[in-house]
Amino acid sequence: MSATIATPAPGTTGRLTIRLVLIGAILVLAVLPVLNQLPAESTLHVSDFIVSITGKWITYAVLALAIDLAWGYAGILSLGHGAFFALGGYAMGMHLMRLIGPRGVYGHPTLPDFMVFLGYQELPWYWLGFEHFPYAVLMAMAVPGVLAAILGFLAFRSRITGVYLSIITQAMTYALMLAFFRNDMGFGGNNGFTDFKELLGMPLNTDNARAVLFYASLALLVVAFLACTRITQSKLGRVLVAIRDAESRVRFLGYDVTRHKLFVFVLSAALAGLAGALYVPQVGIINPGEFSPGNSIEAVIWVAVGGRGTLVGAVLGAFSVNALKTWLTTVAPDLWLFALGGLFVAVTLFLPRGLIGLFAKAPK
Amino acid sequence: MKRPLLGLLLLLLLALPVRAQDAFTGALPGLAGGFADIATAVERLGAAGDPRALPVLRALQEGRLQKAGDGRILLPEGAGLVDAATGQPAEAAGAGAEAVRLNNRVRQALRGALGRLQILSPDPAERQAAAEAVFRSRSAENVPVLRQALARETVPRIRTQLELALAASQLVGTDEAGKRDAVARLGSAGTVEARALLLEARGGNPDLVTAIDVSIATIERTLSLRRAAETLFQGLSLGSVLLLAALGLAITFGVMGVINMAHGEFVMLGAYATFLVQEFCRGIPWLAPWSLALSVPAAFLVTAAAGALLERGLIRHLYGRPLETLLMTFGVGMILQQAVRLAFGAQNREVLSPAWMQGTLLLPGGISVTQNRLWIIVFGLAVLLLVFAAIRLTRFGLEMRAVVQNRRIAATMGIRTGRVDAMTFAFGSGLAGLAGVALSQIDNVSPNLGTGYIIDSFMVVVFGGVGSLAGTLVGAMTLGIVNKMLEPWAGAVLAKVFVLIAIMLFIQRRPKGLFALKGRAAES
Repeated sequence: MSATIATPAPGTTGRLTIRLVLIGAILVLAVLPVLNQLPAESTLHVSDFIVSITGKWITYAVLALAIDLAWGYAGILSLGHGAFFALGGYAMGMHLMRLIGPRGVYGHPTLPDFMVFLGYQELPWYWLGFEHFPYAVLMAMAVPGVLAAILGFLAFRSRITGVYLSIITQAMTYALMLAFFRNDMGFGGNNGFTDFKELLGMPLNTDNARAVLFYASLALLVVAFLACTRITQSKLGRVLVAIRDAESRVRFLGYDVTRHKLFVFVLSAALAGLAGALYVPQVGIINPGEFSPGNSIEAVIWVAVGGRGTLVGAVLGAFSVNALKTWLTTVAPDLWLFALGGLFVAVTLFLPRGLIGLFAKAPK
Repeated sequence: MKRPLLGLLLLLLLALPVRAQDAFTGALPGLAGGFADIATAVERLGAAGDPRALPVLRALQEGRLQKAGDGRILLPEGAGLVDAATGQPAEAAGAGAEAVRLNNRVRQALRGALGRLQILSPDPAERQAAAEAVFRSRSAENVPVLRQALARETVPRIRTQLELALAASQLVGTDEAGKRDAVARLGSAGTVEARALLLEARGGNPDLVTAIDVSIATIERTLSLRRAAETLFQGLSLGSVLLLAALGLAITFGVMGVINMAHGEFVMLGAYATFLVQEFCRGIPWLAPWSLALSVPAAFLVTAAAGALLERGLIRHLYGRPLETLLMTFGVGMILQQAVRLAFGAQNREVLSPAWMQGTLLLPGGISVTQNRLWIIVFGLAVLLLVFAAIRLTRFGLEMRAVVQNRRIAATMGIRTGRVDAMTFAFGSGLAGLAGVALSQIDNVSPNLGTGYIIDSFMVVVFGGVGSLAGTLVGAMTLGIVNKMLEPWAGAVLAKVFVLIAIMLFIQRRPKGLFALKGRAAES
């Protein structure tokens, strides 16, 4: 981290300001679990709710980063990133289900409750290995990554771009949602997974677990942010931006457009999957609703609100829109969808460069 | 010479009804005897075919028939009793009267007898029920009365049932020629019931096994053909729904290149417009039967106005930025959905179908189709023709095509391109309203009505080829039929997943869809 700060890319002082603000924000986030340990009567005390919801938002911010990498830099507007996020979540959910062991309602030594209920005799083959944490984390990245690779290969190869690609990714998440709602898929159907007990030997739903997951998410956000910055500032990143702005010209200049786009799409999907894997233990549930096309498009609007193609904007958008959502759904639940819909309209019409565009000068 | 002959004729004429009466009155006393006597009497009453037997047997079945101490049979009528044989009031029945009791044998005889009597009833519903009862009772004695009924039956549905009952009765009899005949006729009947009947008879008739097997094979063929025809119909009907929903998209997305994610919400608005028109017409009796017809223009106008407003107010500012348009219209869809949810509530609203759209229609060959789905197919094709005519034959269509082909030259020719944009978008949105009218007949009218169809409609447009009406038609029908064909062995959900995967693979070979535009316009 310090290396990046020590050698700022040639740029404006505005960029330096943004970095200082960012480091400040990370520090503020980092002390939240510490403040949570203060006695409740202390003015600096932070409630459990704040810690857990901020932890959740951090995973959302990672999802937003993933979307921004694909959309903001390579021009791939995926309306299916919610599905990659959910797939990662399901991978982690499977691990958590395996860790419940005989503590389920039916007390079966290996089978999760819903499988006992549905009359399974043994674990389906695709559940094997999920009792190991590293395998589950690997799958949380590999499953979305492979899906993105297949989808991307088919789409980019036949030069499906723009709204066509958006519609196809939306159809993908819709199909996955329908599939995961089915009981015979072996993923708990309608109810998904819940009632988790522990992760890595620590019981969930304790201050300790909350803090560990929080810091893990924050670490992922920082690492992902730095990695994305590196990628976008490299030669590869410049090619991606060129593809976004003039795909045919880049192709005729001799670059392999398909491979570039495939790389960034797969990386982005794997990152979204990882975010989902950290999201599930914090909220304690995963169900097919996470696949709903609305979720994916809502994540896209976080990026649009923050300012796409900036990375910082994606993180800012994820936090600010979700803060608005949390506040509004408690104050006036009926108004939230109006506000969200209004955001879609207002941002695209009046704030094409997002909130970041308000602060930073237009690049000339 | 003449007088005695005339007298004989007269005597014969008189004798016919007298003999029938004799059979009726002759059988009645049996009802006062033991269970075996009662059963015999019931069978005789059923065979006699006398209309007076019907109320007696009904009363017996309901346990209201009384027998007096002197053996007379008394029928309750109003508050009192009448003598069943004479029809005279029997006030002096006295204390000796008691109910005629039933056992299982009597009940069984009753069912057959009642069925035989009712089969000649003037009421079609009663005949239908009777034919079913006789089919179940299955006795060789039914054969003559069934033949008699078949000779005068005109309603096709009852005829089918009667023929089935006749064959069933013949199969349990001893008449070998009749049995052979029955097996052949059951084969051509081609129904599940006929097959069950044949399978049942197969064991008891060793010498008929080959004939029965031939008939069963015929039935299997007929049944699979019928299933195929019904699947085809369901596919066409689903295809028409998709066609209606996708036609508007073919205009806004295909022709204008504007991706309108609120299209599904426009469909929903059309369905709510139908609901409102229905509620409005409910108070005006002479208008009520026309409410659905009125909702067609109403829904078109409401959604067309909403579309024009959306285009002029918002979309216009985002031309050339399709991804932003997508996000913005998605937001508009959200707002519309939430507004309708707040205004009408989240629960389903009921739109009634007019009488002529309800029920099922039995086509020749035993193919049953639901009326409302049939009308949706007709409606879908009619709308397609109208859209085609509007694009090809009207001034508006000409201007629209001109603007699509070359906006600048169209403008120099004096076409107000902005106005044409608004009208084109309004036209496409109005078509969504028409889809809403159709959907209100087969689906729940709820705020998220449109979301279920929007992705499939986009798939139709992508599959069929952007900007082609023929592509939209073929795409919609193909998707509808393939979906319904896959459903029986894959289930509705997996069928959808398979179709999506198939489309993904299809556009590998033809990225611009089935009916791709050629030339410069194809390059975006």
